[in-house]
Amino acid sequence: MNRDETTPSSAPPNARPAPPEAGGKLFGLLAELADPESLMRACARVRDAGYTAWDAHTPFPIHGLDRAMGLGKSWVSAFVLVLGLSGAAFGMLMQWWISTRAYPLVISGKPLFSWPAFVPVMFECGVLGGALGALGGFLYKSRLPRHHHGLFASERFERVTDDAFFISIEASDPRFDAEETARLLREAGAHHVELVHA
Amino acid sequence: MEHPHEVTLPAGAIEVPPSSRWRRLPAIAGAVGVGALALSFALGRSDGPQLYHSYLVAYLFGLSLALGGLFFVLLQYATRAGWSVVVRRLAEHVMATLPLFALLWLPIGLWGFDDVFHHWAHPPPDDPVLAWKEPYLNPGAFYVRAAVYFAVWTLLAVWFWRRSRRQDEEREPAITRRLQSLSAPALILFGLTLTYAAIDWIMSLDPHWFSTIFGVYVFAGSVVAILAFLILVALSLRGSGLLDGVLTWEHFHDLGKLLFAFVVFWAYIAFSQFMLIWYANIPEETEWFIHRWHHGWQYASIFLAAGHFGLPFLFLLPQEVKRSRAGLTFAASWLLFMHYVDLYWLVMPSLHHEHFHVDLLDLTCLIGVVSLVFAVFAYLLVRGKLVPVGDPRLAESMALEVL
Repeated sequence: MNRDETTPSSAPPNARPAPPEAGGKLFGLLAELADPESLMRACARVRDAGYTAWDAHTPFPIHGLDRAMGLGKSWVSAFVLVLGLSGAAFGMLMQWWISTRAYPLVISGKPLFSWPAFVPVMFECGVLGGALGALGGFLYKSRLPRHHHGLFASERFERVTDDAFFISIEASDPRFDAEETARLLREAGAHHVELVHA
Repeated sequence: MEHPHEVTLPAGAIEVPPSSRWRRLPAIAGAVGVGALALSFALGRSDGPQLYHSYLVAYLFGLSLALGGLFFVLLQYATRAGWSVVVRRLAEHVMATLPLFALLWLPIGLWGFDDVFHHWAHPPPDDPVLAWKEPYLNPGAFYVRAAVYFAVWTLLAVWFWRRSRRQDEEREPAITRRLQSLSAPALILFGLTLTYAAIDWIMSLDPHWFSTIFGVYVFAGSVVAILAFLILVALSLRGSGLLDGVLTWEHFHDLGKLLFAFVVFWAYIAFSQFMLIWYANIPEETEWFIHRWHHGWQYASIFLAAGHFGLPFLFLLPQEVKRSRAGLTFAASWLLFMHYVDLYWLVMPSLHHEHFHVDLLDLTCLIGVVSLVFAVFAYLLVRGKLVPVGDPRLAESMALEVL
């Protein structure tokens, strides 16, 4: 969330640039909900209506929200597995190469390829690979880092890091219809729905 | 936590109904246990060393399970865990079998002592290492320490079990606070007694050998065992229609993750012990591993590494397995079996280091001890609530969601 300006959200509206006119490219609809419970209910409605290009935004993690949104399993674990195994393989191969090819030194009378001694480094390289896989997989799946997001055009949306709960439905969704979708969101319990132009 | 949430517990889910097959288990298991032990002692009359080594492995299997139960309960209080409240009662009953182990120890301590511990109890007069260890490794100190272990374990088990049960009636959050504050010192007592008991009853079988990580190794195995046991019991209770809506797949998922974690922890400790001894290559340390790498024991060692770590590590890795009845049943049963193999691998090479040998007495002793322990566990289980209904965190536990 881009909150690098130091102005508190209660500052007068003219403290920040005015929102662009409605002539900009339509990003989608932003609906505000009162609390986590109504957000969960609304998410279930949006999910059941068959929308795909949408998201929920909250100031803190909410248990069960992924289910209410119909999100499947997070496949960040696949990145962790592949990079973890690659890291472990790299760690072992590196030590094999160093100990038997690059610097073949006999240490305490043991064979050049003394694998038990290489396990700790292999393990640490595996952990490093897994951690980098988790970070990289998370960034990739979250489409991060990015320097802008269409929702930043909404002044209301600033409160998402304080005390507000939002659902956004993007105009790129095949089911998106400015009026129909707005009605669905209101019926689902949103007390404020606005069109956001990026 | 001052004011417990009112929880609506599904009727009939938290008590074993009179018609349930669980009610018949204590008597059946008790009869099987007494019968199998009687058979073991009848069969083993002529072969004391075999009988008491087999019995020791079976005893350690049961004991490590009960100590694992004690650790699980203490850990939940020490960490003020909310998620585990609905499974804690099962672990409390496993823990409450600890007094039985003072009784089950008597065959080893009275009749089997010379057959099992003769290496240090009757040392050759010219052995300087054993002479140096004599102030610790002598029969008098051995019996005194055993008495201390059983006193500590009985005291902790009975004390924690009684107060948790009393909370069922009194619904008093102060009981939870008291148990929480005492769980940390209790964990210290647990760690010390388990470590010294592992030294006395397993490590001393090879009295020249020493490993400072040994207590942690036995501890790691016992936690794997209790988690596997809790998963199996909880799954069969759910299979009997009990704990429905109380103990959910979220809890199984968390138990599965903990099981996975302790499989890795066990491997980490086992490998640390092996690697340091292999690397230093000092004769009095490597001897222990050499016994486990010759005369057929090398296959047991490979089987242990693959079966106690490699296979369960890969098998428990996917999330789906930890949320599946078949997956968890297999993983937990397999790991209980591997825990027995682990203890067998620790004890038996000191009897059969010239050849790998499996005896019928291994099986009868195991059935005997496990059945008796299970009889006590089931007896306690059917006579009370299946979950601590007065625990202030029960609602939190029932609402568990794995993120």
